[in-house]
Amino acid sequence: MKLHFTEEQEMFRKAVHDFAKEEIEPYLDRMEQGEFPRLIVDKMAKKGLMGIPIPEEYGGRGLDFISYILAIQELSKVSATIGVILSVHTSVGTNPILHFGTPQQKHKYIPKLAKGEYLGAFCLTEPGSGSDAASLRTRAVKRGDHYIINGSKIFITNGGEANTYIVFASTNPEAGRKGISAFIVERETPGFHIGKDERKMGLHGSRTVQLTFEDMKVSAENLLGKEGEGFKVAITNLNAGRIGIAAQALGIAEAALEKAVSYVKEQRSTGESSISEQGVDFRLADMATNVEAAKLLVYRAAFLHSRGLPCEKEASMAKLFASNIAMEVTTEAIQVFGRDGYSKDHPVERYFRDAKITQIYEGTNEIQRIVISKRL
Amino acid sequence: MNFQLSEEHEMIRKTVRDFAQKEVEPTASERDEEERFDRTLFEKMAELGLTGIPWPEEYGGIGSDYLAYCIAIEELSRVDASIGVTLSAHTSLAGWPIYKFGSEEQKQKYLRPMAEGRKIGAYGLTEPGSGSDASAMKTTARRDGDDYILNGSKIFITNGGEADIYVVFAMMEPEKKHRGISAFIVESGFEGFSVGKKEKKLGIRSSPTTEIIFEDCRVPKENLLGNEGDGFKIAMMTLDGGRNGIAAQAVGIAQGALDAAIAYAKERHQFGKPIIANQGISFKLADMATGVEAARLLTYQAAWLESQGLPYGKASAMSKLFAGDTAMKVTIEAVQVFGGYGFTKDYPVERFMRDAKITQIYEGTQEIQKLVISRMLTKE
Repeated sequence: MKLHFTEEQEMFRKAVHDFAKEEIEPYLDRMEQGEFPRLIVDKMAKKGLMGIPIPEEYGGRGLDFISYILAIQELSKVSATIGVILSVHTSVGTNPILHFGTPQQKHKYIPKLAKGEYLGAFCLTEPGSGSDAASLRTRAVKRGDHYIINGSKIFITNGGEANTYIVFASTNPEAGRKGISAFIVERETPGFHIGKDERKMGLHGSRTVQLTFEDMKVSAENLLGKEGEGFKVAITNLNAGRIGIAAQALGIAEAALEKAVSYVKEQRSTGESSISEQGVDFRLADMATNVEAAKLLVYRAAFLHSRGLPCEKEASMAKLFASNIAMEVTTEAIQVFGRDGYSKDHPVERYFRDAKITQIYEGTNEIQRIVISKRL
Repeated sequence: MNFQLSEEHEMIRKTVRDFAQKEVEPTASERDEEERFDRTLFEKMAELGLTGIPWPEEYGGIGSDYLAYCIAIEELSRVDASIGVTLSAHTSLAGWPIYKFGSEEQKQKYLRPMAEGRKIGAYGLTEPGSGSDASAMKTTARRDGDDYILNGSKIFITNGGEADIYVVFAMMEPEKKHRGISAFIVESGFEGFSVGKKEKKLGIRSSPTTEIIFEDCRVPKENLLGNEGDGFKIAMMTLDGGRNGIAAQAVGIAQGALDAAIAYAKERHQFGKPIIANQGISFKLADMATGVEAARLLTYQAAWLESQGLPYGKASAMSKLFAGDTAMKVTIEAVQVFGGYGFTKDYPVERFMRDAKITQIYEGTQEIQKLVISRMLTKE
């Protein structure tokens, strides 16, 4: 057992931390007003953050999965919006091509994604198909050297902004989940329509859209994996995706804790005595302990994943626990701030709103509990 | 970064688990019921080298580390928290201060027989009027020629009456408050030492908890531990490490209860299916399992930090706080999974639930842990 990071990991974490402070923090207001942070994405691309775990031969940074997780955590401490943009782009927008792509597909798409010239997205969810992916209705029919895809997708993170979309559609509806296939779809494909932007409680600035495919013609060369392998493509990166969201939740929780601690210190230094009570102190102690526990669950899952060891249960535990404590800690942080916490002058209400989604996406916490309990 | 345990740690786990299942578990309920301490179990632990896990071989130990020690406490407590605390008090509370602050002679004379399991150790700090507030202690020590004379009494002494060696704290200079406290090594055979009332307890019933009494108890000056006035420092530092042993005990209790609940939920059928097929049960088990994992990681982290010689005060306060609370929650839920059967003595979960409660109280109450943690947060 060795629980410290390598020097390289620590240095990378520090670099991401500094980047977030210097570049993202000044941009927060604009994101809160709904602006997609294109500028930040471009800056992350220049910093080499859009392809952290992607091998150097494909234009990535070639760092390990733990470094990637540290980046998600550090970015989310300042902005959960940036955290999810990067997490979706990397874990589910780029990785599937790396794992299942043909040499041509990898050559064509990964360097652009890894360098941040392209932004990636992932299209699985439909109005009638969320946790139950096998029931999706989007259809792909082969015509010669093309597939014709019809259907619609919802809650697509990075939708509209992304250049490439991993789209799941059924090529053989009778076969259920074994009939699902995955495709790499470019935004400019005829028949690809961007629908309405969701109005969301949190993650402002991150776009979440509906997509409609109307006789969308996708080259057979863009089939990802084999026909019928779509479900496998979708779940192969599940663990990485879940650990990524767990890291996002951890970042949110850690940031809310830090803000609460410094608020208390500041109030005390200016002599506001009402706050020097165990009611506040003990709350902070519980928050900090939970954050520490979440950290260990997240890093342990990341460690297992980076070694290629089985980690379904551990990834689910990390996601379940970290998201639950993100919700708890952000709620408590507002309480510590009192009325100030309810105001947009302080960031804790934003953390509170952003935390909620971590209990829902990349497998709701109910799904995580199913995954865990099946392995008990 | 590597979360995997070494082969040595895995081996210790396996050794202790086998021992716990074969030797400890079969009589755990009966000993609990009869409030009976079984010294032969301690002697068997000694044969396996478990009574001196973190101490170097020159002092009779097996030269392993605090992580191995925590794993042992966890595995013992998984079947019987009483045995867990016997070993924890022996090692963390009595062995540790002698190892850290004792002279070479003291280590050879006291730590060695304890590590080899020929002697049992105990720790005497708490008094009726002095629990978390150690500086309020009334037990006194005064110098008399080549000896110290101790007067007063200590309560809630784990291993009390069974132990041969007691690390005891007494006030020498009350005007100096906590800086007036000194620590002593007292043998059970010393004149003026006696064992008082044995507590009847909610849980950990086969671990004896007694009062110990000093009536003009004569302690030779070479049994002063550290220097005069070092007592408070020794006591607090001992508790810093000791509380992680309690975290390990809590993890073991929680794991034992979780294991029992999972097995029962799979085997118990209602309405034609095992009750684990209901999400009301399986989701509960998933939450319990996640809590136990988190508690274990916190505990191993604190043990690892201590083994590395890194600061572990905050980490061990967190592990004790989280693991104690988790043990309480998980054991209550385990009884719930068992339903009516869980409330009976036919199954071990009611014992786990009773035993869990003490982990929220001793070696620093949860409230003290929160004080420690929040001070570090707001002062650092």
